[in-house]
Amino acid sequence: MYGDVLTVPGESAAVKLDGATAEAKAPPTAAEADAAAGELLAPDSQWQLWEVFTQEAQGAPHEHAGSVRATDAAHAIQNARDVYGRRGKVLSMWVVPTAAISATSPDDAEPFFDPASDKPYRHPHFYKAPRGVKGV
Amino acid sequence: MPRGLTAILPAFEPRSPPELLPVTATAAQPAPAASDDARLAEFEARIARGERIEPKDWMPERYRRQLVRMMGQHAHSEIVGMLPEGAWVTRAPSLRRKLSLLAKVQDEAGHGLYIYCGAETLGVDRHDLVGELLAGTAKYSSIFNYPTLTWADVGVIGWFVDGAAIVNQTALAKHCSYGPYARAMVRVCKEENFHKKQGFESIATLAAGTPEQRVMAQDAVDRWWWPTLMMFGPPDADSPNTAELIRWGVKKYTNDELRQRFVNLTVPQAQAVGLTLPDPALRLDEATGDWRFGAIDWDEFWAVVKGNGPLNRERLATRNAAHAEGGWVRAAATAHAAKRARRAAPAARAA
Amino acid sequence: MSDGTATARPAVESLLRLGDDRLVLGHRLSEWCGHAPILEEDIALGNIALDLLGQAQGLLKLAGALEGHGRDEDALAYFRDAGEFRNVQLVELPRGDFAHTMIRQFLFDAYDVLLTDRLAGSPHADVAGIMAKAHKEARYHVRHSGDWVVRLGDGTDESHVRAQRALDALWPYTGELFAADAVDVAAAGVGLGVDARTLRDEWQAMVTAVVAESALRMPSSLTVAEVPAGGREGRHTEHLVQMLAEMQVVARAHPGASW
Repeated sequence: MYGDVLTVPGESAAVKLDGATAEAKAPPTAAEADAAAGELLAPDSQWQLWEVFTQEAQGAPHEHAGSVRATDAAHAIQNARDVYGRRGKVLSMWVVPTAAISATSPDDAEPFFDPASDKPYRHPHFYKAPRGVKGV
Repeated sequence: MPRGLTAILPAFEPRSPPELLPVTATAAQPAPAASDDARLAEFEARIARGERIEPKDWMPERYRRQLVRMMGQHAHSEIVGMLPEGAWVTRAPSLRRKLSLLAKVQDEAGHGLYIYCGAETLGVDRHDLVGELLAGTAKYSSIFNYPTLTWADVGVIGWFVDGAAIVNQTALAKHCSYGPYARAMVRVCKEENFHKKQGFESIATLAAGTPEQRVMAQDAVDRWWWPTLMMFGPPDADSPNTAELIRWGVKKYTNDELRQRFVNLTVPQAQAVGLTLPDPALRLDEATGDWRFGAIDWDEFWAVVKGNGPLNRERLATRNAAHAEGGWVRAAATAHAAKRARRAAPAARAA
Repeated sequence: MSDGTATARPAVESLLRLGDDRLVLGHRLSEWCGHAPILEEDIALGNIALDLLGQAQGLLKLAGALEGHGRDEDALAYFRDAGEFRNVQLVELPRGDFAHTMIRQFLFDAYDVLLTDRLAGSPHADVAGIMAKAHKEARYHVRHSGDWVVRLGDGTDESHVRAQRALDALWPYTGELFAADAVDVAAAGVGLGVDARTLRDEWQAMVTAVVAESALRMPSSLTVAEVPAGGREGRHTEHLVQMLAEMQVVARAHPGASW
């Protein structure tokens, strides 16, 4: 028995369960069949990945905390609360489907961000004020 | 969507949707040898400058694979590590201990989760990593294949095993060249602060307790000391991965260096509570300040790593059983979400 | 403890009832540790167990103090036999499958969110403090378990069957939650307990709504004879005896020891 567990690939349990579920089902309607297609193919498939952002002090920005698996937004909020809010420092949380996030690529870094670094006139230390003048 | 969200995007760490995968994860990518050499040189130069590598940065395929292997093993260790101590949550001898042990074992689940998330930025899926664990093809820390025979084992695990983990993880948090792994470690280290301390407190209490409690504590120390030293992995001479991992900045210290650091920290702690570490060869090297220790039984280590430890099969069987039993629950949640989405769709179209 | 005894007894009894429900249910939930369907849920169940065990710790401590026999929360948790426990039988039943655990949790959470709301207004400051915190926790618990009842009831055929089976099996045990006796009435009079009969309609409405959303069928109402009872007076199922044998084994092997 132990030998089986060691050699059986991880998916096997899922396949077995799938079979059991399929046998138990009454003949599905077309809509049901359509609806169930995803779950029958992969009943043990992973839940969607969500990114979690937490705000740890009033007025502070929401910062990336990590991610959770969940089936929908409400579920993601719940899981995020339990995983990233269990130490009592969180005031607010956002969850975002990971797939909904677009980001720059490393190749973008030069054209996107380097031009900003040679504009010293955007910063106050570029300008001089006569010695002794305050509040400028 | 809150408008402020755009403000955080540059800081965001991209992960597994296909278009966000690190370039190395796509096999189809054309990779002329010359440009690869140049990229490798630039990559190694970045590591040498102490820069962190992020998911979308170019990285050698082998770097990616080493990280997937290492992070997978680390995450699996957290998950399997819940079992030996988790078995004592229901037998903890006081409510205070019950609360702290449950919170601690629960943290292990969280830490496994953080590390799986970090590994997912390398283009692998948690599902697949867990599949490897369940199939027995991925490794996890050999220490969790030893049995927890008395309540004192729980304290000693906190003190020794978490103590060893902290030595290892602190180094990763500070130095690991892969950003998501280092960040996961920062969070883990912050949370694990109390793990070792609660274990040591528990053992100190036993050591100062009744004669039976004291015997229990010493017995647990005797059984866990050597397996804990093995936790750091094979000696440097027999560790094929170490040199490469150090060159790529994944690891900062060798197995032997970390092991020595742990021993140096732990010997005075054992002395403080009057417990004896089971090593007659243990002595302080005045010149270096290191505690020298006796020979580790590497045959035992390799036997456990290869699946022949006291509880390898049982631990895997337990994980497999829990995963299989949870299958219908995961499927139900997926199915329900799909039903809701379908019901919401016509309403949205009508609106 | 001269004239106090007559009024103290219902107070102590009431605190034991409140504390034991939470201790036993928290223990049952903690049995999932490391075995939950997915990591996220392992952590969630741990959180709820920790909330309940923390409440139990506070309530049993108060019970011991009020009793005045020098028993602290650990003496009460670890050195009473099953016959001295005052929890309802609902919470001592084995955890069963995930549907059994979640349906039980929801049935209790829906009761608890109402109960803790009342007791948060207790004139006894310590009880009010524990219960105000417990109420916040219960508001999350009932949301978490209620969502799972809906997910399981309205999920797959298999989850629906399992959820319905659990609901039918557990339903009779809910009767005991709302059976107030003289102890409860006396304790309610001094703000250390609640006459739970007054919670029943609201509870029923909450449960009915969630059951309807989950596409499950409400079990038919039961006659008094069909409703298990006696937990509040120390009459329990064999499951509690087994549970305590495990829970108390280390503590009892070393009487007088500190941990």
